[in-house]
Amino acid sequence: MAVNTETMTINMGPQHPSTHGVLQLILDLDGETVVKATPHIGFLHRGIEKLSEHRTYHQIIPLTDRMDYLAPMHNNLGYVLAVEKLLGITDEIPERAKVIRVILAELTRLKSHLVWLACHALDIGAMTVFIYCFREREFIMNTYEKISGARMTSNYFRVGGLSADLPEGVADEIRQFAEEMPAHVAEYEGLLTGNKIWQMRTMGVGEISAEAAIDIGLTGPALRASGVDWDLRRDNPYSGYEDYDFDVPVREECDTWARYHCRLEEMRQASRIILQALDKLEEGPILADCPQVCLPPKQDVVNTIEGLIHHFKIVTEGFKPEPGEIYQGVENPKGELGYYLVSDGSPMPLRMKVRPPSFINLQALPQMCEGRLLADVIAVIGTLDIVLGEIDR
Amino acid sequence: MSDQAIVEKLKAKFSSAVLDVVEHRGETTVTVEKGQIVEVCTFMRDECGYNFLCDLCGVDYLGKQEVRFMVVYNLYNIATKQRFRVKVPVTEEDATVDTVSTVWGTANWMERECWDLMGISFNGHPDQRRILMPADWEGHPLRKDYPVQGPDREPYQGRLS
Repeated sequence: MAVNTETMTINMGPQHPSTHGVLQLILDLDGETVVKATPHIGFLHRGIEKLSEHRTYHQIIPLTDRMDYLAPMHNNLGYVLAVEKLLGITDEIPERAKVIRVILAELTRLKSHLVWLACHALDIGAMTVFIYCFREREFIMNTYEKISGARMTSNYFRVGGLSADLPEGVADEIRQFAEEMPAHVAEYEGLLTGNKIWQMRTMGVGEISAEAAIDIGLTGPALRASGVDWDLRRDNPYSGYEDYDFDVPVREECDTWARYHCRLEEMRQASRIILQALDKLEEGPILADCPQVCLPPKQDVVNTIEGLIHHFKIVTEGFKPEPGEIYQGVENPKGELGYYLVSDGSPMPLRMKVRPPSFINLQALPQMCEGRLLADVIAVIGTLDIVLGEIDR
Repeated sequence: MSDQAIVEKLKAKFSSAVLDVVEHRGETTVTVEKGQIVEVCTFMRDECGYNFLCDLCGVDYLGKQEVRFMVVYNLYNIATKQRFRVKVPVTEEDATVDTVSTVWGTANWMERECWDLMGISFNGHPDQRRILMPADWEGHPLRKDYPVQGPDREPYQGRLS
């Protein structure tokens, strides 16, 4: 009998449940071993960078929600911080706004990590975890709805502060949730960590050394699991992160197992930060005192002609940052989310470039799964924690 | 090492290639000659510790300045947690730059994206294909003379410009 020795090319995605959206992989297989993996992306490209060149700075905030739709508040946060830096009003942001931003950013981190864990485990075959994770995620979604009116596309942060204050009672609900969260994380660990199948599917899978990870541009938990101690919240603090006490989990194993542990620990640390932030939450203004940038209070708009003119001017004309360029990076749940803004002195950015962490992390996929089994590709896609809305923008 | 010290170091090494140094909101941007970009990037990585390429993108200054494009390299030093920015001017007639994917592997996809959306070609790039737009797409959408509503369509009549 003749033995077939040539490689086989198969098409995985874009309609494949384990590709987390519309990712297409062209895989060259030798038996069950992956010889070559070629990602094809762009199926979800909406031209957000192009659109933002035709909108005022405030009108871009809802566009940023639609990039990483699992962590919309983080996208908003990175963007408003970038615009505030461009305007030079970073120091004007009131304390209450900063603290609420941190609370929501960390809630969002929990939300994003919960979806990662749920889908990652589901892909590998542990179905129960999915149900548990989505139970907790539902609380965060409901909180989002109470705060911003939308479950996913929050559009809550504003340049200079927030669009509205927290509704009554929400802070207490978040506190209770954050206190319970470590017990939930222990529950997930109980389902997975000691599970022999889980260990065999993650240990030694998708290895990447620290040098290779830096060269290919990995950031976030994926880089920290390769032993590089770098977290923007601690190293280049923004929005008052320097005032919080938290640990940055770093692992040395470089594999899917290490990334799993890093993210679980980040979930514990996130609830720690939320509790600290809730203790710091005090009454006060939520919008900076920068009339040239921020909208006036609503009662002034409906009661006084000056307030109405002020509102009208900012909404129709926008504000004009002085010419210049800045880069602002924030620690998104997936890695470093960066905004590079160029202003030419007009009310719309000349260029807004987003550094999408998923896009650059995905680049590491071929080198992480080539030479390994086809089933490991699924584990590697899960462990990279990609979101196609952000990759394609 | 402060940004000032790095600028001095760059000037000492590449005196003729450094065209401009700008500081804005505490961030330093150095514009260098495009012929020297690979040497400058290698120098920044090996001698100054900027071992991480955060971002690479093209900016179209159509009608705003003489040289139409700028290619921007946002660098990061993981040891000292500092940022630095290098730019190279690129003319419309010769919209090419040497690739830095030999310096940082991560530049591969970033340069592909820059080629796809901005139409700047990278000499020596290992795999220069479109990445976000379909393979048979014509034109480069992020150029300022590319209509925002797309080609062959009525311009949007609302507030878009």
